Amino acid sequence: MSNQLIVENLVKYYPIKDGIIPHTIAEIKAVDGVSFSIEEGTTLGLVGESGCGKSTIGRQIVALEKPTSGSIFFEGEDLTQMTASRLQEKRTNLQMVFQDPYSSLNPRKKVFHILADPMIHHHICTKEEAPSRVDELLDMVGLNRSAKDRFPHEFSGGQRQRIGIARALALNPRLIVLDEPVSALDVSIQAQILNLLKNLKAKLGLTYLFIGHGLGAVRYISDRIAVMYMGKIVELADADTLFTHPLHPYTKALRDAAPVPDPTLRDRKSSALTGEVGSAMDIPSGCRFKNRCVHACAGCSAVNMELIEAEPGHFVACPYALRFAETPKSAKGGAEHV
Amino acid sequence: MLKLKPVNIPSSPADTYNRQILRRFLKHRLAVVSLIFLGLIVLLAILAPVIAPYDPNRITGGFSQAPSYEHWLGTDQSGRDVLSRLLYGTRISLLVGFMATLISTVIGVILGLLSGYFGGWLDMVIMRITDMVMSFPYILLVLVAAAIFEPGLVNIILILGFVDWPGVARLVRGNVLALRETNFVKSAEVAGMPKGYILFSEILPNTVAPILVYATSVFALSILDEAALSYLGMGVTLPTASLGNMLNGAESITILTSKPWLWIPAGSLIILLALSINFIGDALRDAADPTSTK
Repeated sequence: MSNQLIVENLVKYYPIKDGIIPHTIAEIKAVDGVSFSIEEGTTLGLVGESGCGKSTIGRQIVALEKPTSGSIFFEGEDLTQMTASRLQEKRTNLQMVFQDPYSSLNPRKKVFHILADPMIHHHICTKEEAPSRVDELLDMVGLNRSAKDRFPHEFSGGQRQRIGIARALALNPRLIVLDEPVSALDVSIQAQILNLLKNLKAKLGLTYLFIGHGLGAVRYISDRIAVMYMGKIVELADADTLFTHPLHPYTKALRDAAPVPDPTLRDRKSSALTGEVGSAMDIPSGCRFKNRCVHACAGCSAVNMELIEAEPGHFVACPYALRFAETPKSAKGGAEHV
Repeated sequence: MLKLKPVNIPSSPADTYNRQILRRFLKHRLAVVSLIFLGLIVLLAILAPVIAPYDPNRITGGFSQAPSYEHWLGTDQSGRDVLSRLLYGTRISLLVGFMATLISTVIGVILGLLSGYFGGWLDMVIMRITDMVMSFPYILLVLVAAAIFEPGLVNIILILGFVDWPGVARLVRGNVLALRETNFVKSAEVAGMPKGYILFSEILPNTVAPILVYATSVFALSILDEAALSYLGMGVTLPTASLGNMLNGAESITILTSKPWLWIPAGSLIILLALSINFIGDALRDAADPTSTK
């Protein structure tokens, strides 16, 4: 299978302006040189703490913002170099589902218009075909067809998220960026939405970039997972490998921080992190994680955080990772819950 | 086909947004009374040619006669029927107020939308012009404009319309700045919708309520401004009657003290119109306020 999306050395700095004549006094380095690719029909999970830059990557991919530097190749074409008109044409292939289902639907629009207006604009269907196409979309996301005559405020959070998914599907996209699509929902609804997303992917052959911080959800839906820390990917591996056999100390800490609903594991060894995430305005030299790392050593200041292929298909941004790697556990170990 | 059980959606709650606003509005007794009063006055003004007992510009009696059976509200200094002039004058004053509000709201909304959505140098230019217009003493600006373009019905509408827009522009810009960052606007961008659609179909409908509220106060102000200008002889010119120029006679002390029918009807109608429009605006503001618990 081919790589549908290739992100190369993506950098996004946000300038902070001040002064009477506004000039840049500092930069927030939200994403600082990130590269990855997603194969067609697979899901890449992107995890990390709040503020690590994972949502920023999502916004660059759907072209809501222009990256500071780097390239985003979608099906061989660089989105960052496209003309505005070519981008307007191409971007229907890349859609997004937003985190908050309450602010992502226009409160003054009926569901029918939310779904039909973009389809009619892009000539995906005519005005006459729109009602049947909307019905089809509502069926796909498991909503009653009568929903199309209602306003968003008449729905619950889970139902709104289904509308948000239907809207993303309306333009027949090939890749969908899911920006924490379930983190604003109840746990029981989360599972429903995740299953819906999985089914839709299988049925329509979609590619997903799933951004999240709930590790269970990310593991459940992803084929591969990238872990981010302060604008850099620190580890990238198959979903199961990452959980059973993490190499980077940050990944381990992240995995161990997830609560396990099993009382017999209550006394398990915890490698909970201490300290705070540093400021993205003032990034330490060398390894960005060294201040919080349990294995920090003198050499860490010289680490450049490039991804190293430690094992086939398993990348890590720490040259010392293999030295203190855990021995591989059986596939049943680790965080099994969703 | 994907096998999914449709999720049952509870039946639509009767309280849609518009109905909720109407329900909250109706709780303001004063505003409801004001609305009825305003409706009545508008009706009388529209029907003026039918109702008015005399031609408002013809001399039909003696000078400055007190109210009588022939002239219910007396006659003015030129011998014209005050009641007929009052009806026609209300017509003119409401027309000036309405048109000036319409012009300033349209200008303000368009500039506010552009300024808030596109930002950058466009925002900078528009906002500096707004500041400039706002920093002139209002009545002086209007007077100077009236002096340059010579008084008259159309000119007074245009002058008031082109002077009142900065408030609306700022209001709309502020709302757009907030709405521009919402996810539903972002998703329209991701869907590749044109800018015009995003501005007028996604953003504008969400800022209509505050614009309406603001427009009511501009409406009341425009009526007052027209009255003030016409009173000073810089507004609607005679013989066309307006509520403002009917007060011209009140410049003299004798008329103020001994001939109240020359100024009390027009004066009190101006007050009542401005008051009722402001009451309606207040109630609208309460009704459209999403944090209101009434």
